[in-house]
Amino acid sequence: MIAARHDNNGWRKIKSALASVLSMCAAVLVIAPLGLVFFYLLQKGAGSVNWNFFTQLPKPVGEAGGGMANAIAGTGELLGIASLIGIPIGVLGGVYLAEYGTSTRNWWLRFVADILNGVPSITWGVVVYGMVVLTFKSFSAYAGGLALGFMMIPLIMRTTEEVLLLVPNGYREASLALGISRWKTIVHIVIKTASKGIITGILLALARIAGETAPLLFTAFGNRFWNRNLAEPIAALPLQIFSYAISPYEDWHRQAWAGALVLVVGIFVINVLVRFLTRGRTATVL
Amino acid sequence: MSNLTMSSPTPISKSSGITPTPPEDSNSQVAAPAFDVKNLSIWYGEKRAIKDISIQIPARTVSAIIGPSGCGKSTFLRCLNRMHELVPRTRIEGQILFNGENLYRPGSDPAMARRRIGMVFQKSNPFPTMSIEENVLVGLRLNGVRDRHVLNERLEKSLRMAALWDEVKDDLKKPGMSISGGQQQRLCIARAVAVEPEVLLMDEPCSALDPIATARVEELIRELRTRYTIVIVTHNMQQASRVSDRTAFFYVGELIEFGETAQIFSSPRERKTEDYITGRFG
Repeated sequence: MIAARHDNNGWRKIKSALASVLSMCAAVLVIAPLGLVFFYLLQKGAGSVNWNFFTQLPKPVGEAGGGMANAIAGTGELLGIASLIGIPIGVLGGVYLAEYGTSTRNWWLRFVADILNGVPSITWGVVVYGMVVLTFKSFSAYAGGLALGFMMIPLIMRTTEEVLLLVPNGYREASLALGISRWKTIVHIVIKTASKGIITGILLALARIAGETAPLLFTAFGNRFWNRNLAEPIAALPLQIFSYAISPYEDWHRQAWAGALVLVVGIFVINVLVRFLTRGRTATVL
Repeated sequence: MSNLTMSSPTPISKSSGITPTPPEDSNSQVAAPAFDVKNLSIWYGEKRAIKDISIQIPARTVSAIIGPSGCGKSTFLRCLNRMHELVPRTRIEGQILFNGENLYRPGSDPAMARRRIGMVFQKSNPFPTMSIEENVLVGLRLNGVRDRHVLNERLEKSLRMAALWDEVKDDLKKPGMSISGGQQQRLCIARAVAVEPEVLLMDEPCSALDPIATARVEELIRELRTRYTIVIVTHNMQQASRVSDRTAFFYVGELIEFGETAQIFSSPRERKTEDYITGRFG
């Protein structure tokens, strides 16, 4: 009896060790691609990231040097336009889900938001191409920003809803019991309490769309100069990387690597910022 | 908790000589009642939580509501300032007159009623993003009071009224969550009185506090009764006897008895009340 239990114990220990080794391997495999991406980008692109890269326009074909200043600025402008569309609609949608909606309506809204989250990003490009580009007969920063903004809405909506639901009901009750209206309670008490979580959601959505190329292909289209009119085509970092990477020129390939490195580092910085905002909080993202 | 050295306004011992049948309505008719509740019933979905209650709660007194868990005490309290409406699928029948006006007049804004009828909750809940000062003033600010002079004056007055001023006057900019649990509950009382309501509803305000903090809050309740109509729900019968002038006993959604606290605790008219206060059930 005792011997049998011993045997049993031994086998259990083996199984336990096996399980922990397997899950550790899986964990390493999760980290490995990130390490590879960074390593590869640094190796290929670090040499081409210099002051000119951030300050100069692309040089004409055949001329060495130049940079992606217009694409970096363009990505910034596109993210700005996308934020103007995505943040208010996403946050208000999240507020509706968390504070106003009935359970049936919320079920449908969440269902739709989840489908939207799963829509391939090229689809947004096509839709906005049909809606905006064809209507105004021009590629434009507006069109590109709109396509990215559409992608932000469901992302921000769901994270906003989640963090608002984490705000304890006692705060809503305390505010309402002071004779403060429902809307003011939501804005000044609930959203304020959850503001870090909402900002986190917005940053994650920005990080998610900053590298999108497909929705910009036939909306923002890209260009090789400074964009001075948002109703005209605009450069974006991912677009520039795309067109440089498929070009036949060695110098452009190097710049594409550098652009990819800058993009990934930018997204990495956003994620670090998110970590910083949510540090020391596990259960609540408030 | 009952052994704390506090001078109760209505000690049980003093009341033992009272005749067991004081006229039920004579007391509540001394002054116009703050709340005149007529045939009130409340449903949560299919469940009837309050069954046909009629009660007159006098102004500027402390009325305690006692009874076992789940007897509808909190539900009743929450419909006195329309807070129960936050729970979906509630239905109310009957009438509540507050200072002679229908509290549930169709089309009236519940926020207006709540501005006059404040509430203190079981769990102290200062707003975590706000300082002590901001917590006290939030009700005024969000209701549109901008005058710095008025705000400063009300800040000190409210904190003094909540017996908290001396403890926090140098730390007004500190987070409201940084003070002790008992202080937080008094901060919530300061926040409630800052909007100058006429009534304070208290839902087991001491149940999360230690005996010393409880004593402070009870003392405060007795001081506040000269200015406010106070209705306090408590599961602690000693507390009811210490702080209240009148006590109502609720049992499974019904009002069994309402009368002078001294009389309820010394010579209850109803058998159920007696069984409960002597600890035979509940």
